[in-house]
Amino acid sequence: MEVAGEVLASESQLHVLAVDDSHVDRKVIEKLLKISSCKVTTVESGARALQFLGLDEEKGSLGFNGLKVNLIMTDYSMPGMTGYELLKRIKRSSTFREIPVVIMSSENILTRIDSCLEEGAEEFLVKPVKLSDVKRVMNDCIRRGETEGNKRRRVDKRKFEDDNHASSSSSSSSSSIPSSPSSPLPSSPSTAATSSPLHSLKRAKLRDHN
Amino acid sequence: MDVVNQLQRQFIDYSASLHREGFLDDQFTQLQKLQDDNSPDFVVEVASLFFEDCEKLINNMARALEQQQGVDFRQVDASVHQLKGSSSSIGAMRVKDVCVAFRSFCEAQNREGCLRCLQQVTHEYSLLKNKLQTLFRLQQQILAAGGSIPVVE
Repeated sequence: MEVAGEVLASESQLHVLAVDDSHVDRKVIEKLLKISSCKVTTVESGARALQFLGLDEEKGSLGFNGLKVNLIMTDYSMPGMTGYELLKRIKRSSTFREIPVVIMSSENILTRIDSCLEEGAEEFLVKPVKLSDVKRVMNDCIRRGETEGNKRRRVDKRKFEDDNHASSSSSSSSSSIPSSPSSPLPSSPSTAATSSPLHSLKRAKLRDHN
Repeated sequence: MDVVNQLQRQFIDYSASLHREGFLDDQFTQLQKLQDDNSPDFVVEVASLFFEDCEKLINNMARALEQQQGVDFRQVDASVHQLKGSSSSIGAMRVKDVCVAFRSFCEAQNREGCLRCLQQVTHEYSLLKNKLQTLFRLQQQILAAGGSIPVVE
């Protein structure tokens, strides 16, 4: 039996575009993604990311090396174009708006998280990013891919998430963040921001719009 | 086999002391766990990138702080922010902690405070560099003696 991971055929591997101005972070995220069986392209800026996607006005709309991008993970604070600005550019592009975008940030600022989710970010990860964060993002992406074009299943999934939140907080209208060990959602300090009922409902709402 | 055990013991103890003294935090352990046969030098490579970053950023900070015609604290802060990010990603806890204090001084536009932090961050970076070099040397010795690197939780 072959070792799982980097020997999967390229068609079934997720291709992730990782954007970060930090060389250290690019190296770490690349490793995390490769261990999670992804094909990875890393770039150092939003501008480079747009070039790679072919969204750069100068280059026209030709994809760079023909490989479809299944997920974009971008740092928030970057010189020039921030991750937030990159997110907006992608979500406003008819060609690329379906690509899930995950934002990574060293700063756990609620207004920042809200803005990103409002603009259509799939998740907001607090750095340093761990393997468990990446694996969760991968699972969400795969689940998303399976339910694409099947609205009924997506509605059921949302119901499942809502039910989970209802059962993990004391009442369905509770606004407390479920951080107890018994929470069905994977919980760790870095994901507290994304696992609150408010943000998950927002994410569910965003998925509906997609 | 005795030599390997001795070296492994040394490695475990040294690793533990680095964690205990706050030089490294759990993120470093996470990076060590990512190392595998496909990337046997992963941690050493990340550390090299980190030290390159440190040198470049510390130089930027020093240059910005010595501007006689007025320090651009936003520029200093930008470099500190980047260093804080890298140190967090590699698990360099003491470097990161100095960066946190450093950012407060930038915000307060306190040149003296910034200069003190710059000195501290330079000190912590070179301490860490020496210690990691020792750790990596121990790793090499273990591998050369035919042993495997113990995973330290």
